[in-house]
Order: sequence, then C-alpha cells, then structure tokens
Amino acid sequence: MEPFIELTARTVVLPSSNIDTDQIIPARFLTTTTRKGLGKHLFADWRYDREGAPIPTFVLNKPEAGGCRILVGGRNFGCGSSREHAPWALLDYGFRAVVSTEIADIFTSNALKNALLPVVVDETTHGWLVANPGAEITLDVRKRTLTLPSGKSVSFPLEPFAQHCLLGGVDELGYLLGRRSDIDSYERAL
Amino acid sequence: MARTPQTLFDKVWQRHEVCAETPSTPAVLYVDLHLTHEVTSPQAFAVLRERGLPVRRPERTLATADHSTPTHTSQIFGGAPIAIESAARQVRELEHNCREFGIELLDLKHAERGIVHIIGPELGLTQPGQTVVCGDSHTSTHGALGALAFGIGTTEVGHVLATQCLLQRKPRTLAVNVQGALRKGVTAKDLILGIVGRLGVDGGTGHVIEYRGETIRALDMEQRMTICNMSIEAGARAGMIAPDETTFSYLEGRPRAPKGEAWERALEAWRELPSDRGARFDREVAIDAAALEPMITYGTNPGMVMPIGGLIPERPGDAAFGRALAYMGFAPGAPIKDQPVNVVFLGSCTNSRLSDLRSAAQLLRGRRIAKGLRMLVVPGSQEVKRQAEAEGLDRVFLDAGAEWRESGCSMCIGMNGDVVARGEYAVSTSNRNFEGRQGPGARTLLASPLTAAASAVRGRVTDPRELI
Repeated sequence: MEPFIELTARTVVLPSSNIDTDQIIPARFLTTTTRKGLGKHLFADWRYDREGAPIPTFVLNKPEAGGCRILVGGRNFGCGSSREHAPWALLDYGFRAVVSTEIADIFTSNALKNALLPVVVDETTHGWLVANPGAEITLDVRKRTLTLPSGKSVSFPLEPFAQHCLLGGVDELGYLLGRRSDIDSYERAL
Repeated sequence: MARTPQTLFDKVWQRHEVCAETPSTPAVLYVDLHLTHEVTSPQAFAVLRERGLPVRRPERTLATADHSTPTHTSQIFGGAPIAIESAARQVRELEHNCREFGIELLDLKHAERGIVHIIGPELGLTQPGQTVVCGDSHTSTHGALGALAFGIGTTEVGHVLATQCLLQRKPRTLAVNVQGALRKGVTAKDLILGIVGRLGVDGGTGHVIEYRGETIRALDMEQRMTICNMSIEAGARAGMIAPDETTFSYLEGRPRAPKGEAWERALEAWRELPSDRGARFDREVAIDAAALEPMITYGTNPGMVMPIGGLIPERPGDAAFGRALAYMGFAPGAPIKDQPVNVVFLGSCTNSRLSDLRSAAQLLRGRRIAKGLRMLVVPGSQEVKRQAEAEGLDRVFLDAGAEWRESGCSMCIGMNGDVVARGEYAVSTSNRNFEGRQGPGARTLLASPLTAAASAVRGRVTDPRELI
C-alpha cells in the first residue's frame, strides 16, 4: 500500500444522509473476482438511466465533477452491506477520501484497509462543505486535520493504528503475520 | 477480591484476546469459526496465493455458495448451466479456491448447502461463547446463540484465512431490554423492525447490542436469529442473546455440536457466559413488546418502518424523506394498508427457517395467492427444504400458486436473477429495503412471514391478524 500523508483536492457533494453501499455499488456488480474496474459502476443506478446513458443532473456527470477526489456525503455514509466493493469502486473512480458527519462502522474499516480516508467532521464544517461544492481542501493524515480554503482547520478522528498504517503504507496482514508466536501461544492454551 | 461484573460481550471478547488492545494498537482477536461464501472471498484467496500463504486453520473454516447461486432446480440439479455467466464463474472460483486451500465447501449439490447464516446454527457449528465472522453483514445472526458474530470485508477475510485473527478495537455496549408479551400475529420480525425503527439506522453504530428481558427469553432459537440478524440495520457491530436452556436444547445432538463428555464440559462453560448481575452497559434502551403491532417498512431504509395499521409519516421540509417517498410512490399521511402488491418473497437469512415457512403455510393453507401476484418461497437451506417437504409445506405453497425453490439468498439481494421488476411493489421477509436492492427501481416493503403471506392472499398490504 502507498503511504497516504496528505491530500489537497476538490470536493464533490452528495448531501443525502444514509447513502448505503447498495447505492455505492449495486449487488449485480459483485460477481467480479478482482478489486479493479468497479469505478464505472460507482452509483450506477443514480448515474445512468435504464438505457445506460448518463443522467445529466447527477452530480458525478456534471463537468465540474471532473478531477474531484474528495466525496462529501450526508450523515451515516456507507451504511448497509459490508461489501468492500464500495470503497474499491470509489477508489477506482478516483476518490481518495470521504467526508461526512458520520460514517458507518464496517465501511470505515473497509475504507481504511484500502487507503480511502474516512473523515468525520462537525455539523458546521460539514454544512459549509455541502454549501460549497468544488472547494479545494487539504486533508493531513499526520496532523488529522481538514483545512478549508479560508485556512481554517478542524480536526478529525483517526484511530492511531490506522493512522500509522496510512502514513507508513503499512500492511496490516504483515502486522498480523508478525504476531504468529502470540497466536501459536493462544492456540496451545485452548 | 470481587471481580467487576462483566457482560456476555465482555466475557467473549476477553477470552479471545490474543493480544490486548493498547492506545496505539487494536486487539488481536482470535476467530473460532470463519464462514465464507463466493462473493466476498475471491480477492481474499488471491492475496494468500500472491503471498504464498496457506490457510492457517482450514478446520475452522467452512464455505458455502449462496448469494449469486440460482434457485431453479434445473440449474442446481438438472444439469442446466448457471444462467448468469459471472455468477457461474464466481462459484467455480470458490470451488477452485476451496480445493487449492483445503477448505470444506458445501457445493451446489451438497445436501447441507444453504444460506451461510442458516447453516452455521443448523449444523451446530455456531456455539455460545465463540467468535464467528463472515464476509457478510448479517453475520450478526449467529449472536442468537451467544456468540460474538460480526461481518467483515474481503481484506479482513484474507486476514482471517491467513492468521485466524482480526485486528479490532473494542466496541461499546448497548442493552436493548424487552418486556411484555408479543400479541397474536405479532412476531419476532415485527419486534426487530420495531427496535430498528426506535434506534434508527445509525442508533447502534459503534456498539454491540445485547437483547435482554423476559420477551427475549420467551423466544425460540429461530426467532432469536431473526432478531440478531437485523442488528446491523440499526448500525450495530453485532447483536447477542445470552445462551440458556433454550439454546442448549436447540444445539444438543446437532451434527457438529460437541457430544458426550465434550458436551457436558461445553455446557458448564456456556452456563458461565450470561451477563453478570450488575454488569454495566454503555447505553440502555427499553422496548415494550406488548404495544407492538405487525410492522412494515414504507421507505428506503429499514428505519423507515411503521405499524401496519398506521399512516405514512409526514416530514415537511425533509428533502431526503420526500425523495424516499417519491421513489416508493407513497404519499405522506396515507395509510399503507391495501397498497397493491406485485411480488411476495418469503426467504432470506432473516426469515427462511422452518418456523417461518410453517407460520406462512398455516395462513396460506386452503387459500390461493391473488391473481397476477408472484410469490417466491426460498427455504434457507437444503435441510430446511427437506424438512418442509416432509411436512407437506411445499404442497401448501404450490397449491396456493407460489413458487418453491432451492435454497439461497435469492431475491433478498437480487444477484442471481431472482429480481423484482422496476416499479413493482414487493412484500419481502428479508432485511433491506434500500433503493434498487431487489432490482433497479424495485419497491421493497419489509415485513414478517405472516404479513407477507396475508398480503399475497389479498394482493395488497394486509394485516395478518385479519386472516389468522
């Protein structure tokens, strides 16, 4: 995994609360056996009409969404199914971070495993972001801050081990394999 | 020295700590049972293959094919190919991975195959005090036996395959205390829908729920599984019910449950598990089960739920609420009873066990489903199917005009071709009513098997108490 230290990028806003992982990546795309290529199916049923043509009013289909790498979503983003295909689709599309006032547990864990940064901020900051789509903001993983165009910074929570892994590009499986002797001891005592 | 009273969750967590949590590192938690299926495993096996790693504990791993598998007998036993090519490939991939890594697979024709959260308890594999994980959020179901059971993503599936462990920070605890007797026609499904409605879809986020109280004690195991199954819909990490004599009677004699002396030893250990008197929970919520009516969802998440006899809520100024109602084609303030229904689905890991099929069959016996309505009955496992057929339940469903299929997740998730068409209303005994869940443009109404059966007979949303 590449280290994730800092990101300065523009935002795209999907203000609805409770955006579930069935919307992020519908089930019919889960028959894939790789992690790649899901970006074209991201938000498929919001993005394309039944003939497969892009719906012009959907935010990702608007020209100003091009090149935006941070998604600002409404409360309880990523709820529902545990499908890791959801962060895979977001990453494959080009997003590197998701910002909300609340992000669901399993989605948070899956996102961190793939270096998609889940950022939880207060209502006021979130409100500003929702009202100002396309804003260029900076996410600093070391300081755990989100900096607005005005220069104002707010902090976001980031579990210390997840932070360590992002900053170092640390592989969690490697970490677990390194605990082999503890696991051996545990099993011997069973 | 007195020990701090511990909850069931505390006890199970503590017993599985390989390495305790520290401020800078999560706990390393041992996994007793790893269940896996075809959709969330291919990329995990690929990682092991890339890194030249074996599966650490194949004997603690069981695979089944359930999510993208067809339910047509012809495609399972009749030699017809699986219609959806990518699903066929995914199932073949699972077969290949299980062979290569030495994992037991209940393959397409296997007598014990079924939905992953049906077969674990059915086989006696899921046991009190265990940690159980699976790449599927409804893993919470197994908590009904007093296990700590939760869903994980594909990367974590790889972690468990390689090390039999997971990195986890300890969640907080939420006690849901339920008192009062469920009224006639009000089921465990209605109770959990009511709980999810009360907590909201994020009310349990960051918590493991323990369901407690006299109402919970009075439930049988299949009802407890329905309850724990939908813990995730309230955002909870897991849901647990303390084991008791009901649990032990259910487990005794099951194929993979301990026997003889091992059984006696296990019982002793399991009896220590229930939460100690005075154990503290981070939050507590009280539910009055006696006040509940049959419930049904009206919106596009499981928290948008109402009593069947009520009126669809009004939330003027709430744009998201308005959009959900527009998707469903509903008006605020209108009743939901008598809404015409096109499809009824009796199935899913929430409600496809024998007792669910029995209660629906009892209502359907001697009746026919409404003209023009399609009803699909998908038993949760091949064993459930066999038992149902031995009791003649299949005949009741077929005589009523419903379809009787092989087991699988089927129309709950609509990955295998069993879908609800755009704009159609489906009363479904499953667990999610998100937009497009059962098919693009599908309009899902979540309800109990009784409500589903009653609605199938009338062709419109029906209070089951009118027909029982």
